[in-house]
Amino acid sequence: MSDAHAHHDEGWVKKYLWSTDHKIIGMQYLFTGMLMALLGGYFAYAFRMQLGFPNQPVPGFGLVSPNEYNALVTNHGTIMIFWVAMPVLIAAFGNFLIPLMIGCDDMVFPRLNRLSYQIFLVSALVLLASFFVPGGGFGGAWTAYPPLSSQAKFSLTPAGSTLWLLAVALEFVAFLIGGINFVTTVMNSRAPGMKWHDIPVVIWMIVIASIVFMASVGPLVAGAVMLLMDQQFGTGFYDPIRGGDPILWQHLFWFFGHPEVYVVLLPAMGIVIEVIAVFSRKKVFAYKMVLYTAFATGILSFFVWAHHQFVAGIDPRMANVFTVTTLLISVPIAEMLFVTIATLYGGSIRLDTPMLWAVAFVAEFLLGGVTGIYLGSSGSDIYFHDTYFVLAHFHYTFVPIAIIAVFAGITYWYPKMFGRMLDERLGKLHFWLTVIAFNFIFIPLFITGAAGDHRRIYDYTKFPDLARPELQNLRALATVATVVMLSAQVIFLYNFFKSMRSGKRAEANPWQANTLEWLAPSPPPHGNFAELPTVHRGPYEYSVPGRDLDYWPQSDPPEDDAAPDAAPEAAR
Amino acid sequence: MIERLVPQASSFAGDIDGLIWLITLLVGFWFLVAEGVLFWLVFRFRAKKGEKAQYITGEKKEEMKWISRPHNLVLLCDIVIIAMAIKVWVHVKQTMPTADAKVNIISQQWAWTFEHAGPDGKLGTEDDLRTTDELHVEVGKTYHFNLVSRDVLHSFSVPVFRLKQDAVPGRVITGWFQPTKTGTFDIQCAEMCGVGHGLMGARIIIESPAAHAAWVAERSGERLARTGEAKP
Amino acid sequence: MNKPIATTRSASGIPTGRLAVWWVIASEIVIFGGLLGSYVMHRIGHPEFGDYAANTNTWIGAFNTLVLLTSSLSAVLAHQAAERGDGKRAAKLLRLTMLGGLTFACVKAAEWTMEIGHGFVLSTNAFWSFYYTAAGLHALHVIAGVVIMGIVAADAAKGRELQRVELIGLYWHFVDVVWIFLFPLLYIAK
Ligand code: HEA
Ligand code: HEA
Ligand code: CUA
Ligand SMILES: [Cu+2]
Repeated sequence: MSDAHAHHDEGWVKKYLWSTDHKIIGMQYLFTGMLMALLGGYFAYAFRMQLGFPNQPVPGFGLVSPNEYNALVTNHGTIMIFWVAMPVLIAAFGNFLIPLMIGCDDMVFPRLNRLSYQIFLVSALVLLASFFVPGGGFGGAWTAYPPLSSQAKFSLTPAGSTLWLLAVALEFVAFLIGGINFVTTVMNSRAPGMKWHDIPVVIWMIVIASIVFMASVGPLVAGAVMLLMDQQFGTGFYDPIRGGDPILWQHLFWFFGHPEVYVVLLPAMGIVIEVIAVFSRKKVFAYKMVLYTAFATGILSFFVWAHHQFVAGIDPRMANVFTVTTLLISVPIAEMLFVTIATLYGGSIRLDTPMLWAVAFVAEFLLGGVTGIYLGSSGSDIYFHDTYFVLAHFHYTFVPIAIIAVFAGITYWYPKMFGRMLDERLGKLHFWLTVIAFNFIFIPLFITGAAGDHRRIYDYTKFPDLARPELQNLRALATVATVVMLSAQVIFLYNFFKSMRSGKRAEANPWQANTLEWLAPSPPPHGNFAELPTVHRGPYEYSVPGRDLDYWPQSDPPEDDAAPDAAPEAAR
Repeated sequence: MIERLVPQASSFAGDIDGLIWLITLLVGFWFLVAEGVLFWLVFRFRAKKGEKAQYITGEKKEEMKWISRPHNLVLLCDIVIIAMAIKVWVHVKQTMPTADAKVNIISQQWAWTFEHAGPDGKLGTEDDLRTTDELHVEVGKTYHFNLVSRDVLHSFSVPVFRLKQDAVPGRVITGWFQPTKTGTFDIQCAEMCGVGHGLMGARIIIESPAAHAAWVAERSGERLARTGEAKP
Repeated sequence: MNKPIATTRSASGIPTGRLAVWWVIASEIVIFGGLLGSYVMHRIGHPEFGDYAANTNTWIGAFNTLVLLTSSLSAVLAHQAAERGDGKRAAKLLRLTMLGGLTFACVKAAEWTMEIGHGFVLSTNAFWSFYYTAAGLHALHVIAGVVIMGIVAADAAKGRELQRVELIGLYWHFVDVVWIFLFPLLYIAK
């Protein structure tokens, strides 16, 4: 900070670091998430280089040793899910959007909200610290299966495993606190007149996701306590020799782990549906159906967990039950996607950058979704389990969710967040480079996976059948594409920070959208609205016949005073 | 599809590849339709000057059918896939055809030990043959295996068999396979097991009956020579 | 700090504080649910747990159950007093509840000391691991409840934030109910 501002120092700390304002907290989550995304991306770069060009020093990292490789992969996965996808999709967008989109001035518990971020920050620092302790960072995969994770004599990372586990547990606490705040706020603090079917889809999705998270994480919190005790106090929860059971952890982990993938999917779907409605000037096709499919997904997600354990040594009869539930969950998700696609029909589609990202999300996620079917059907998962086919499957779901949909959201709400417009040309360049490079990373990995590449292997030359040059070329291709994809992010970062200072000033409602956040000034001041709004209609009344404008903000009073369902003026 | 990348060398490899084909046909169809409709709509309904979007709620009956019909068809596809998946699964993992021979598979950080029957053809006797990182089996015979782990989780994976099974400390997991093709192929450890996980490969050597008998004779000869016992 | 308007709204008709406490309890239920579920699964798979459980002292457990139930009663009475606006009485009753919690914790400490003296420690076997972990997690909740109750009581005595008397009471009942599950599982099923 420059000297001229030195006397504002205390104010700055209060405003940006110690704030209880939901928008600032949202930004704190966003920036922390972005930093962690860079770190997770850097890890991916380092281990992909090792895979593409084995046993050569990686520029900017050095030679990757086997235990470094394991730690890189493990922490790449952990960071991307718990410190990128969760904080950005749920906490950053949730914090920024919920009060604005339901028309109130803040969260119901602002100080609890600040506490949630602070715990989250500590969790990130603990994770970072875990790389620097003797023995190095934890390398037992993000799933942390015991006994490898529970006994230092197997993992060889006595301090790393405990710090890793502690970081994840703290992160859970942060999100439990945050989730309670989100759900309570949406239940209680909606603007007068906002009925449940007037709530924008993205808010619904964040709320449903928070509830699914809360309901699924509990057993894993208990499981994490037990794992911590095994690591540090010599208990035998997961030790078969002392009457424990290593598979218990797998059940607790996946009982959470599977719902978790929908915890991040739903908010991403919400963002995408929001963007698609605005940029095709269309009402969301069958709004209520979207909610029902989200509920159905949320509920079904609790009954599919063992599809990760088909060949893990569980009773083989259980696999049959979980095959049925796993395949059934494709029905509501397919429906959700169909509804999203149907919204485009009859639209007046503007392909601005947010819309490009939204369409790309649907296009790419479809491939991730349908490849899940190969894994959900027990018979074929015998072959695919723990191969790069699984890996490509979940990057085709996670990257659309945590990268593509996030970019749709950031480019869409950027004017509201910072009061300026992003550069469209740079935005489109960044879009095409990122999306094309992404396909060149993971299509080849589908093939190597189908050819038998198994996961978490730092050097395939040790496996004669896999050391074939055709496969090695595909691995190298994926690596080159990774470098391209990561480099493309420089364009984004440049655009992001430059536009913050010198972008075109944004009006309150640059996209001519209906939802309440666009009523507030860009960026919204503390307290958000000059006058708190009253809601008169649903969030997606675009292109209503008989109106001149093709949008109709939720807060505009009805034109016809005699309209029967006009909300009472006195409500304010 | 898969057989173009990895040979089929077990009796059930074809079943699994067939299942993969079926899934590819069904979900491939949906994938192409969905992508096709998506891109068609985006190009068909690009904004044009002076043209307003239509107001469609999607809540009327004749509009809902665009969702409910695909819904039912997807459900139908799911049922077909479930039926076939379970059929294959039950065959591979839930039934144990009678065994012609047995092997013990012992995993540990970071090596495989295999126990084969010796010249007497029985496992668990004095003349068993123990090898590390090398499994010898005879083509055409049905094998039962007992899989154990000495420390952490490992996974016994033979891609040419399309077979994979985790090893869990404290449990003995049984299973079966029947090699159908001679040759030497990879065995992988497919479960993260620590620093050496990336090194934990082995080879499976599928031999003709004659070659296998020769190997057994040779190896038990070596063993006897080493232990100094007299030849029987 | 000024309260935001968001905090004063109640679109669902349920006061915000009560709503939030219900969500806290819901998320705690799944935590204990996971732990106890794991215990029950082990218990079914290991009949010998019954023999280990024979070494727990049912009488001490029963006494503690009684103590907790009584303390819940005084929490209910405190809530009633707060409803009437009688902060002083509410505070008094809350402090009685705290006394119950403290008694529980002391008895627990004595009990553990005895058991550790007999050589039953955390790492003895999976039963004792569960025993100390589950009861320990519960005891932490008791202690946290007592601390928060102290703060609420101090406010209530001055007639402030009386609605919190009900909220801490809800939480206390939850802690009580968890024990109602723990007691038979760890002490009685031998
Ligand atoms: C957010 C991320 C995300 C999402 C949304 C999904 C969605 C799905 N996943 Fe995936 N999955 C992961 C993330 C995700 N997954 C991760 C991270 C792992 C690996 C964890 C690890 O081991 O490290 C994994 C692993 C994984 C496995 C275990 C594989 C193994 O290790 O052996 C399985 C098995 O069933 C599976 C299945 C599915 C299914 C059926 C869906 C379904 O929800 C998909 C539904 C969607 C569609 C089907 C597409 C739309 C539908 C149509 C176009 C209609 C046509 C369809 C039919 C006819 C069926 N996933
Ligand atoms: C959200 C989840 C997520 C995301 C986005 C990614 C992104 C990527 N992943 Fe990751 N990956 C996982 C989750 C994820 N991964 C998980 C769970 C595992 C399993 C771990 C385990 O086995 O234990 C895994 C494992 C894994 C492996 C397997 C290693 C092995 O088994 O040996 C590989 C190999 O290629 C890989 C590659 C990549 C690549 C090239 C990307 C690229 O797409 C990376 C590109 C990165 C970026 C584009 C981010 C930078 C962007 C910005 C800085 C912009 C600003 C950001 C925001 C606004 C959020 N990943
Ligand atoms: Cu053994 Cu991996
Ligand atoms: Cu899953």
